[in-house]
Amino acid sequence: MPQEIHREEVRKLVADGAQLVEVLPSPEYEEDHLPGAIHLPLRQLDARARDMLDRKRAVIVYCWDTA
Amino acid sequence: MSPRAAWRLETLGFGNVYDYVDGKNDWMAAGLPTEGTNAQRPRAGDIARKDVPTCGLTEKVGDVSARARAQGWDAVVVVNDERIVFGLLHSKELAADPRELIENAMRPGPSTFRPFVSLHEMLHFMVDHKLESAPITTSDGRLVGMLRQEDVVAAMKKAS
Repeated sequence: MPQEIHREEVRKLVADGAQLVEVLPSPEYEEDHLPGAIHLPLRQLDARARDMLDRKRAVIVYCWDTA
Repeated sequence: MSPRAAWRLETLGFGNVYDYVDGKNDWMAAGLPTEGTNAQRPRAGDIARKDVPTCGLTEKVGDVSARARAQGWDAVVVVNDERIVFGLLHSKELAADPRELIENAMRPGPSTFRPFVSLHEMLHFMVDHKLESAPITTSDGRLVGMLRQEDVVAAMKKAS
């Protein structure tokens, strides 16, 4: 079950090597994304996640908020 | 969107998946850096004046007013020890009875704005609502600084 986390936990996990993934569409990622975030839109997860992400490392996903 | 992505990644075989539930809105509202085409454009938090005078609820108007004048300000933000914004004092409030407690003289619960808001958006709002200045706070209510309309106009002219 994915764990819900907040800002400080994000910073700590990223510092420890977690992969940060923005799942929003392209324009929103291109305008602003968290430092170092990988762009993997929700609709492309099935096709690209296994190639783009390292399964051995933690993955943090985010969008705008809880919606 | 991110909860669905997190669950889907688990079913795709990723065993250590986290969902940053508050997302990009929370990150930007905290004034943290971003990357992307907007990252280099000045925003409210960048030009908000960090030297705006502050005071506590239990101070006296006379003391605070004198302090503000000495620093060349006609506005003071009322905060607690954690810099959480409780109120504002403009010229009218600063001219109240000097013995009055700030708690009774201030404008309580002012509208605040997040550091990531664009200058264009801020100027539009400030002109529409006749605001000469506006407090900028993080998403948890902590004061970042005071944004002055004249600074917004100057920064936009410089950027164009």
